[in-house]
Amino acid sequence: MKKTLKQAFARYAALAVLLAVSGRVHAQLTIQITSGVTHPVPIAVVPFAEPASAGTDVSGVIQHDLTGSGRFSALARAQMPGTPTHAAEVQFPAWKGTGSDYMVVGRVTPLGNGELAVDFNLLNVLTGQSVVRKRFTGPPSALRNAAHRASDAIYQAITGIRGAFDTRIAYVAVIGKGAAQRFQLVVADADGYNQHLILESRFPIMSPAWSPDGKWLAYVSFESHLSAVYVQRVRTGQRYRVSARAGENGAPVFSPGGRRLALTLSGVSGYPQIYVLDLHTQHLTRITHTPAINTEPDWAPDGKSIYFTSDRAGQPQIYRVGVEPGSPTQRITFTDDYNAGPHVSPDGKWLAMVTRADGGYRIAIQNLSTGQFKVLTSGPLDSTPSFAPNSAAIIYSRRSVQGDPGTLATISIDGLTGLTLKPSQGAVQDPVWGPFPPK
Amino acid sequence: MRRFLAVISLAAVLGLAACASKPVKPAASQSAVGAGSGAESSGAAGGANANEGALGSQQSVAGPEQGLLADRTIHFSFDSAQVEGRGVQIVAAHAKYLASHPTARVRLEGNTDDRGSPEYNIGLGMRRAESVRQAMLLQGVSANQITVVSYGMERPVDPANTPSAWAKNRRVDIVYLTPMQPAQ
Repeated sequence: MKKTLKQAFARYAALAVLLAVSGRVHAQLTIQITSGVTHPVPIAVVPFAEPASAGTDVSGVIQHDLTGSGRFSALARAQMPGTPTHAAEVQFPAWKGTGSDYMVVGRVTPLGNGELAVDFNLLNVLTGQSVVRKRFTGPPSALRNAAHRASDAIYQAITGIRGAFDTRIAYVAVIGKGAAQRFQLVVADADGYNQHLILESRFPIMSPAWSPDGKWLAYVSFESHLSAVYVQRVRTGQRYRVSARAGENGAPVFSPGGRRLALTLSGVSGYPQIYVLDLHTQHLTRITHTPAINTEPDWAPDGKSIYFTSDRAGQPQIYRVGVEPGSPTQRITFTDDYNAGPHVSPDGKWLAMVTRADGGYRIAIQNLSTGQFKVLTSGPLDSTPSFAPNSAAIIYSRRSVQGDPGTLATISIDGLTGLTLKPSQGAVQDPVWGPFPPK
Repeated sequence: MRRFLAVISLAAVLGLAACASKPVKPAASQSAVGAGSGAESSGAAGGANANEGALGSQQSVAGPEQGLLADRTIHFSFDSAQVEGRGVQIVAAHAKYLASHPTARVRLEGNTDDRGSPEYNIGLGMRRAESVRQAMLLQGVSANQITVVSYGMERPVDPANTPSAWAKNRRVDIVYLTPMQPAQ
């Protein structure tokens, strides 16, 4: 997809702007666990043998990932009866005494070509058997990614759900007030580390969306005082203004194949309507026609229909329409008088949204086959839900009524585990979870 | 085999990370890019900030100040895009001025309170700006004198989360722009 999209854009080279963003991200993010399961799995992540030059505490990152998921409790290092780095060195009777069900041992070794190898082994403490073991190699700068990959494998081996630790998020940071206010579009690892500044502006930046291959971001920027939709290559900063029509240009989202962009345009009629823009041909297809607000499109995973918000019945509710011309529109939500911001899980089973319940704005999910509706968060000002690529958790924006600056937060779809990503300064909002890294 | 795949896949990721840390090298197509950027946007010229390079026609000016014309803000009820009460008179005063000054131009900026879904609020702010635009068109203002934009919940005048702050934030601001050049 990358190549074809790049080639398509090459035909419109006059539209491209290389963005040499030299500023820095001002707000660091700190994880705080807000909820976890009642009986987390006890695990001991033993410090890895590492050369002093490694610079990353790999077992520390793994432990941070696993406990941050709310489904594991980690044995404190001071309580460990030893520091084995190979399975053969483990004295299992002593480890059984710590109450740990599982333990992780491993090491980081230089390969001689400047790269490092990370080996880990997940052991069942009761049986002494290896559950999963892997080796990852790469430059020292990618050690955190290797640690997240290990966390993904450990999480999957124990819970049966593919981990999403080695993934990225994009979000908007808002720093300063009044004339000094700045909006920053930032990409970071899912744990808030490795922040990269994508765009900085005095004017609002909104609604980042990842391409399915994780190489592009679409977003809305008001840098000319008016709204425009841009598509930007994350790695190079090269960007293309794909829509700057009269009125609203908003809510971009890539199709599952990555070739098309659904977006909202109000045009001269003044009613926001959903359109599909073919990024190869620049052909624009109008999807909705009702004289009402129609916005916040999101694609069904098969790319054949689009979920969106409309106030055509008086209050915002979520609808679905086929992309083929003349397709019927079906109302999807009926619970409560405000449901907006639909986001479909990658597995197609759930629809996440903002719902107004008990006077607050909260994140809810609806089972798309049974219609079962479940409010997951307590509000009062939650918005912009986005699914993790494993469909097991949602990241969203959260504010309190007391005027706290916005934070990012996650909640698992069973509602049991969550954490916040709190900025060191300013506010963070509009998070969107990227796809799995390429296999 | 499985282990081998893991190594390959990590290498792919690491490769990506390694590339990301390299300085950006202009590719062949980017010279064309540079040529287009002048007319396009401030990104290339502005460096770090995507700001104001080419605002040009969107530059704001003081505009008229007499009587009701000094009032540039129309307020709205919750989830409503209907111009009501004092807003009707404010819109009428500006419409009268614009109709009698055909080179004058305004940008109508729709805004909402900062609760709910951001993009839905962009839509609601746009409906508010459109209500004001339609009223002005009916009162003789020409379409090319008006630009509309919605900032939704992104630019509150009062960031507090109280009913009175919310009421202040549900608004359309009328911003006068540099006048049109008379036709040659």
